[in-house]
Amino acid sequence: MDLGPHAGFILASYGAVAAVVGGLIGWLVYDGRRQTKALADLEARGVRRRSEIRS
Amino acid sequence: MTTTPTLTQRLANPTRFMELSGALLPWLAAAAAALIAYAMYLVFAVAPPDYQQGETVKIMYIHVPAAWLAMMCFGLIAVSSFGLLVFRHPLADVSAKAAAPIGAAFTALALLTGSLWGKPMWGTYWVWDARLTSVLILFFLYLGLIALRSSIDDELLASKLTAILALVGVAILPVIKFSVEWWNTLHQPSTGFTSTVDPSMRTPLLLSALGFTLLFFAMHMKGMQNEILRRRVKSLTMAEVERAQHARAPQTRE
Repeated sequence: MDLGPHAGFILASYGAVAAVVGGLIGWLVYDGRRQTKALADLEARGVRRRSEIRS
Repeated sequence: MTTTPTLTQRLANPTRFMELSGALLPWLAAAAAALIAYAMYLVFAVAPPDYQQGETVKIMYIHVPAAWLAMMCFGLIAVSSFGLLVFRHPLADVSAKAAAPIGAAFTALALLTGSLWGKPMWGTYWVWDARLTSVLILFFLYLGLIALRSSIDDELLASKLTAILALVGVAILPVIKFSVEWWNTLHQPSTGFTSTVDPSMRTPLLLSALGFTLLFFAMHMKGMQNEILRRRVKSLTMAEVERAQHARAPQTRE
């Protein structure tokens, strides 16, 4: 595929979008796993939310 | 007397939100991925070069969605902030906090891809015209929201102050939108989705915008889930510390 004389600008734009969006998705997934693990650790130590204790 | 709760009231419960979003998120993410993939196929395999811009027009297929999401996200933060300050909706602050970094990222992408388009087309990466400058201010507003929140330990106070900043800052959106009409700018006026742009170029642009919008909502939903979990971890940690202090209290008295 010939992207013409400004191919570098086009590829840099798409590369930046892929890097930033990919980074955001990666960070969201990592953060979700971290919070889920922290919550599971607390619950394993017997710490419960009040709503869970009531039910 | 019992009343049927509205959809907003039902979604106000974080546990309910976690259940609903957990079921919806994989479908939303898959739809976004499929739409973006199809849009990229059209961009690189079908859409013709522009008669003036040549292949550089391909940057528009990601610049326009990024710019649209930069503005839409700040609108979402402003609505969430209003929901927090006026209705004290339990998820309003969660929504505003989760949206800020995503909005900042799309604003940065809009500025960056615009610069990368500007150099070959205008001969410069940057000019201080009204459109570019107002979008740069929007980016600083996002950074301000993130910095203000992280600089205050009291979560309730932080949420209220960032909500006020968001409601003041939302005035930038009409300035961005109409800057190309109010002032003489190098940035061209909006062509609009219903303009005379040929369907071979308009369709991939529309699909790209729709795909990135779905992706934004998927990321926002995931960010909200993470924030709800973070708040649960924080409250449980505090409860554990309190329990430990109570357990130690009688020994201290002896």
